[in-house]
Amino acid sequence: MQYLPNILFAILLIIGIGFFAKNVKKLVRNIKLGKAVDRTDNASLRLKNMMNIALGQSKMVRRPIAGILHIIVYVGFIIINIEVLEIIIDGLFGTHRVLSFLGGFYGLLIGIFEILALLVLISVIIFWIRRMVIRIPRFWNKEMKGFPKNDALYILYFEMILMTLFLTMNAADTGFQQANSGNVISQFIAPLFSGFNPETLHVIERTSWWLHIAGILVFLNYLYYSKHLHILLAFPNTYYANLNPLGEFNNLQSVTDEVKMMLDPNVDPFAAPDESEVNDDSMPEKFGAEDVFDLNWVQLLNAYTCTECGRCTSVCPANITGKELSPRAIMMKTRDRLEEVGKNIDTNGKFKLDDKSLFTTISDEEIWACTSCNACVEECPVNIDPLSIIIDMRRFKVMEKSAAPQELNVMMTNIENNAAPWQYNQLDRLNWKDEN
Amino acid sequence: MNVPTMAELTAQGIQPEVLFWVGCAGSFDDRAKKITKAFVKILNKAEVNFAVLGTEEGCTGDPAKRAGNEFLFQMQAMTNIEVMNAYEIKKVVTACPHCFNTIKNEYPQLGGKYEVMHHTQFLKSLLDEGKISIEGGSYKGKRITFHDPCYLGRANCVYEAPRELIRKLEVELVEMKRCKSNGLCCGAGGAQMFKEPEKGTKDINVERTEEALEIKPDIIATGCPFCNTMMTDGIKSKEKENDIEVLDIVELIANAQDL
Repeated sequence: MQYLPNILFAILLIIGIGFFAKNVKKLVRNIKLGKAVDRTDNASLRLKNMMNIALGQSKMVRRPIAGILHIIVYVGFIIINIEVLEIIIDGLFGTHRVLSFLGGFYGLLIGIFEILALLVLISVIIFWIRRMVIRIPRFWNKEMKGFPKNDALYILYFEMILMTLFLTMNAADTGFQQANSGNVISQFIAPLFSGFNPETLHVIERTSWWLHIAGILVFLNYLYYSKHLHILLAFPNTYYANLNPLGEFNNLQSVTDEVKMMLDPNVDPFAAPDESEVNDDSMPEKFGAEDVFDLNWVQLLNAYTCTECGRCTSVCPANITGKELSPRAIMMKTRDRLEEVGKNIDTNGKFKLDDKSLFTTISDEEIWACTSCNACVEECPVNIDPLSIIIDMRRFKVMEKSAAPQELNVMMTNIENNAAPWQYNQLDRLNWKDEN
Repeated sequence: MNVPTMAELTAQGIQPEVLFWVGCAGSFDDRAKKITKAFVKILNKAEVNFAVLGTEEGCTGDPAKRAGNEFLFQMQAMTNIEVMNAYEIKKVVTACPHCFNTIKNEYPQLGGKYEVMHHTQFLKSLLDEGKISIEGGSYKGKRITFHDPCYLGRANCVYEAPRELIRKLEVELVEMKRCKSNGLCCGAGGAQMFKEPEKGTKDINVERTEEALEIKPDIIATGCPFCNTMMTDGIKSKEKENDIEVLDIVELIANAQDL
């Protein structure tokens, strides 16, 4: 019976981590549903971007208040997790504060953890106030109803509870308080327990300890179901992000091949297709994106990385002027569709057609309202690219469905006929020279 | 006005130093043609050995590509590249950020590799080489704000060349709240120029114009024919056309010298 807590702890740990690992596998599988895109070039620049943007949070501070608060929570989160190492050793081997042999250094470490815990607690409360009291508009756009809104709040509550448990655990630890080293914050909480007998204190300390580690494991597993995956995916997302100038849209190779053939006077238009190239199983490649399978894996990674902060939407000229388009909603709807496809595969073994697509939730009105100004891409703290998804969806609409807005069809017909978006004769192109 | 074409110069055995890519707006739009002419006047004054393609130029394909028509874009691109490569063009300058972005970033993969400059970058280099001088003239002391074109700014990180030129005019350069990498679009990009906007509460150019009006400029400087149109319309919708001018940077420079 003596080892019961240790066994319980080990089971909890295995279930917690095992379940998370299972979901990570699913996540990777879903991201791999995307088309191939080569992002293996320029490793040193990619690494640098990841260090600056994900680890260094350089784009967060474009908005100083939210940025600095976020850095506190982030640094706190990472550093306090060193404490988890001790908790795991203690839990598995039945020790208590196994690292305390480090003496003064241990006190220093725990002291830093306590200060950070308090700062995190304060920051998270300010985050809550910004959302719920000040009601900053980007947290209240229409895509932020229901789960997305609650999701954000659950995460804040979670952090508040975890930090409180950590400080309570320290405050109720009689030995730790008596040692009086590193209890910089908890010494002020300890007096609350002054009249308590040692058994009660021990129960409070143990309860906090168990809830703290259990809370961490639950939080870890909540990640997959929430917008909060960014704490992990921000790293690959910034590493694999596009490095080209933002104005450069990719050229579709499948189109290049066809256009070259059309422009080549030596091509025999009536030639039978080369036997070796004919493969009955393969469909000709689709132009643009109708569903998540037509996006590349980086775009799908983008969708899972989005934490719905809404900075993109708050700078989008279309959204600012009341249009339906919200770049954040594009990312959320892409992710939700990807999740739906993932569940479909879980149920059926492989994807079973479900007559849904990205267009089920993303409207024409949204994709045609975009000015391709790149404000959303520039603003995203983790280099997500909503614009590329919008453009790929336009490509599907135009090239597969011939369903561009009528005025754009006129513009394109003009370009085809007279090499200008307006109906002017190409031979008049130099007339300006002689006009007054 | 001396505007040689590539065809003419090639016939004379002359290889110009730079191709001036005029663009569709610069060729056909009445307002943008003034920008084209102002630029040519400066090129002539600086004795730059340039040429245009004239009737051999065609839309770069930018609006088609942004509208999702990759076929039409690549048809245009390959046709233009064939023409430019036949003339052995090495360097291109254009007054349109959309043409600039497309030729600079999207043509190389299709076989069109040139050094591409926006006209503000080109003028800046002429200034640095001492081939042109910029003076304030009648603009001296005016309050001028610069509206960053998305396809020059965010798309290609060119923020300083236009501003350095404006400062040379001995004016007060004032920035809008959203400027440089935070600049707000005029509403024309992504093929929006050619269609009515989707349903909303306001037009984007009006939103941008209101922001410009907040800082009370005498002049809104632009570096893109489409931004110019959008801002001019915005100013008209606010009935401020008698108080505030919308001018391309190259027009400011040419007018200041009475070219």
